[in-house]
Amino acid sequence: MTSSSNASADDRSATVAGESLGREAWRRLRQNRAAMASLVMLGVMTLACVVGPWLLPWGLAEVDWNAFGVPPTLEGNHFLGTDANGRDLLTRTLHGGRISLSVALVATLVSLVIGVLYGAIAGYMGGRVDSLMMRFVDIMYSLPFMFLVILLMVVLGRNILLIYAAIGAVEWLDMARIVRGQTLSLKRREFIEAAHALGVRDSKIVLRHLIPNSVGPVIIYVTLTVPKVILLESFLSFLGLGVQEPLTSWGVLISEGTSNMQGAPWMLIVPAVFLAVTLFCLNFLGDGLRDALDPRTR
Amino acid sequence: MTTPLLEIDNLRVDFDLPTGPVTAVKDVSFSIGENQTLALVGESGSGKSVTSTAVMRLLPEMARISGRIRFAGEDLAQASAARIRQLRGNDISVIFQEPMTSLNPLQRIGRQVAEVLKKHRGMSGKAARTRVLELLEQVGIPEAQRRIDSYPYELSGGQRQRVMIAMALACEPRLLIADEPTTALDVTVQAQILELLRDLQRRYGMAILFITHDLGLVRQFAERVCVMRHGELVESGSTAEVFAAPRHDYTRMLLEAEPHGHKPPVAADAPLLLQARDMRVRFTTRKRLFAADDVFEAVRGITLDVQRGQTVGIVGESGSGKSTLGRALLRLLDSQGQLRFEDTDISGFDKALMRPLRSRMQVVFQDPFGSLSPRLTVGEIISEGLRVHFPELDRRERERRVIEALEDVALDPLMRKRYPHEFSGGQRQRIAIARALVLKPDFLLLDEPTSALDRSVQVTVIELLLHLQDKYGLTYVFISHDLAVVRALSDTVLVMKDGVVVEQGATESVFADPREAYTRELMRAAFVDHAA
Repeated sequence: MTSSSNASADDRSATVAGESLGREAWRRLRQNRAAMASLVMLGVMTLACVVGPWLLPWGLAEVDWNAFGVPPTLEGNHFLGTDANGRDLLTRTLHGGRISLSVALVATLVSLVIGVLYGAIAGYMGGRVDSLMMRFVDIMYSLPFMFLVILLMVVLGRNILLIYAAIGAVEWLDMARIVRGQTLSLKRREFIEAAHALGVRDSKIVLRHLIPNSVGPVIIYVTLTVPKVILLESFLSFLGLGVQEPLTSWGVLISEGTSNMQGAPWMLIVPAVFLAVTLFCLNFLGDGLRDALDPRTR
Repeated sequence: MTTPLLEIDNLRVDFDLPTGPVTAVKDVSFSIGENQTLALVGESGSGKSVTSTAVMRLLPEMARISGRIRFAGEDLAQASAARIRQLRGNDISVIFQEPMTSLNPLQRIGRQVAEVLKKHRGMSGKAARTRVLELLEQVGIPEAQRRIDSYPYELSGGQRQRVMIAMALACEPRLLIADEPTTALDVTVQAQILELLRDLQRRYGMAILFITHDLGLVRQFAERVCVMRHGELVESGSTAEVFAAPRHDYTRMLLEAEPHGHKPPVAADAPLLLQARDMRVRFTTRKRLFAADDVFEAVRGITLDVQRGQTVGIVGESGSGKSTLGRALLRLLDSQGQLRFEDTDISGFDKALMRPLRSRMQVVFQDPFGSLSPRLTVGEIISEGLRVHFPELDRRERERRVIEALEDVALDPLMRKRYPHEFSGGQRQRIAIARALVLKPDFLLLDEPTSALDRSVQVTVIELLLHLQDKYGLTYVFISHDLAVVRALSDTVLVMKDGVVVEQGATESVFADPREAYTRELMRAAFVDHAA
C-alpha cells in the first residue's frame, strides 16, 4: 500500500487481454473441478431425460405383464426394476425427470427474472413506490397457495402449464425480498452515488451496478429454490392438481416409492438418487458460479 | 536497572496463507517500562497491529509466532491459553480503533464493563456496580449514574471510546495497548481522549503501548517511538531524538509527509463558477401521519462563492454538515436556497435537467474501497461517464480517452483491464479521480479524498490534485476534517459546525489569526501549530 505513485509496480496480469466478466467468469469456473464435474453431470442427466425414453425398450405407460414390482434385473430389460403396475422404472424416472427438470428450470427462471428486477426496483426507488410494491408482495404471500392454484385451475383449465404458472407466481416473492434487502444496503454505497454524479440513468444504475453486485446471495438462493420447486410440484401432483397419470415426475415417483418402501425399496431409491444427484450438482455448481462471478476470487 | 515490564525480543510472525507463508513481522525488538509510553508508528500494512495482537496472543490460528514476548518476566509466547486468559483484561488490556463496533449493541454499558470485573475479580451485584460507576466517572462520562444503564447507541463516538477505556482500566492493568484509539474520532474529541489517557496513566502508573499512524500524536503523547515498515523496525529511540534527527530515510519521509506549501491565488476578477445563496438541506427523520414530520436541518443557510480556478476548503467535524453541503452543491441532494452554476440557475433542477451539466461538475469520494463498483473493470468504471455524456464516441475513442485519463493520474493504462480490488487505497483514489477527470469537468467536489489514505500516499494524491488543477484549470471544493491538508490546498476556507458557517475567509488569514473560539479549538486540537 505504500507505493501507489509507482503505477507500474505490479502488472503481472496486465497483459491479459480485455476480458468481459462473462468470459473471465467462465475461465474461473473451469478451474473449479467440483463445479465442472457437476455441470457435466447435469448435462448428462438432462440429456438422458430428453433422449433416454426414446432409446429404452419400454414406453411410459407400457405394462410388462410378466414383471410386477420386480427389482432391478436384466431380464426383460428392466435395468432398474418395475413399479407395482409392471411399468419400467428407469423409463418412468427419465420421463419424470423431464417434468421435474423443466418445472425447476421454468419456475427458477421466472423467480429469477421477476424477483430480481422487482426487488431491485423496489429497493432502489425506495419511499412510497417501495412500500406499494412490497405490500403487493405481502398480499401475495398471504394468499393461501392452494387457493391460488385452484383459482388458476379455474382460469387455465387442468393443464401442465398450471404448475409452471402457480409455482412461478409464488417463487419470485422470496427472491424479490432478498434482492430488495441487498439493494437497500448497496444503494448507500459511494459507487452508486458516483454513478448519480456521472448522470447515469436510473435503469442503468439498477442493471449495471445494483443487480451484478447482489449476484452472490441470488445464486445461493437459486440453488435452494430448485429443490423446493421440485418438491412443491410433487405436492401438487399428490393432491391431484399437478401432473396426472400416466405422466409422472420425480416427486410423484418418490411419493409412490415411499408407500412401497418396505416391499420394494428400489422404487424409492431410484427416483430419490436421481433427485439427490441433481440437487448435489446444483449446489456445487451454484457455489462455483458465485465464486466465478466475483472478480475478487482469482 | 530494573527489568522492563514488556520486553519483545526478535519477534517474528508468519501467516500460513493458502497462497504460501507471508511474514508480517520480522525481528522486532523493543521494551516498555512501567509508567512509560511507547508509540509504534507505521503506515497500513507495516505490521504494527500484528505486533500488538501478538502480545495479547489474539492472532488467528494460521499465525506462527517465534521470538520472545516477556511480560513481567514471563514469556507470553510460550504461556498456556488459560494463563493468557488470566492476563487478558486483567494485567494487559486493549482499546481498539472502532468504538462504534467494539461494544455489544444489545447490552447496557454498565453490564459490559461489569463483565470484566466479574471475570477477573469475582465481583458481582452491588460491588461491581459501584466500581463501574466509579470507573465511568473517572473516564469522564457525564451523568454516570444515568449513563450506566444506557445502550451503546445512546452514546456518542467519544463517549463509547471512554466506555472502552473504562472497561480496559477496570482491573487496573499494568499494560494498556491502545490500537489507534482516536483515529475514528473528531480532532477535538481526540485531544480529550488523549488527555484522559495521560491522566489515567499518571494515576495508575501503567505502561501504554500506543499504536498509531499519526506522527503528530506521537510527538504529543509518547516518550519513546518505534517506526515500523513492512514488518520491520526501521528506527527506534526517544521521541525527541527521532523527531529532531531521524536516522532512517523512511522516518524522514514520514516526517516530511506532512503536507505543506500553499496554493497560488487566482486573479481577483476571476469569474464566479458556483454561487450558493442561503443553502438549506432538510432531512425527514420521522414521518408522522397527523402532525408535521420530524425534520432535521443539516445545512442551515450557507452562502458560498467559488471563483473559477479557486479551491474552497470546507472544514468541520463529523456531523457538521460539510458532506451534506457538498452533495447539495452538486444537486445530489435536494436543497432550498439559490444555486447558480456559471450563468445557469440550477436550484430546483431535477435529475434530467442536471444530466447535461454533470459532465462539468464531478465528485471524488472519501472511501476508495466503496466508491468503485467491485464488479466492473477499471476501464468500464472510467468510461461509464463517457457513455452517458458522449454516446457518439466509438469504442476506440472511448478507449483512447480512458488511457489518457489514467495517464493523467499516473497509473499504467494497462490497468484498465483489471478490477478495483487489485489496487491499493491510493491507486483506487487515483482511479476515482480519473473517472471524474475523463469528462473534462470544470468543477470537482473532493469529499475527504485523502482521509482514508496513509500519510505518504496522501501527499502524492494531494500533489496530483494540485498538478491537475494547474493543468486543466480545475475548480475545487475540498471537504476535509484535516486542517493541514486544507491549508496546503485551498484559497479560502469555511469552518462549519452544526450546519452553519462559524468562520469564513482567506485560508492564510483564518489559519494565522482565527477569530472564533471554535476555530481556535479545532486548530489547537489538530496540532496544526506544530506541523507548520
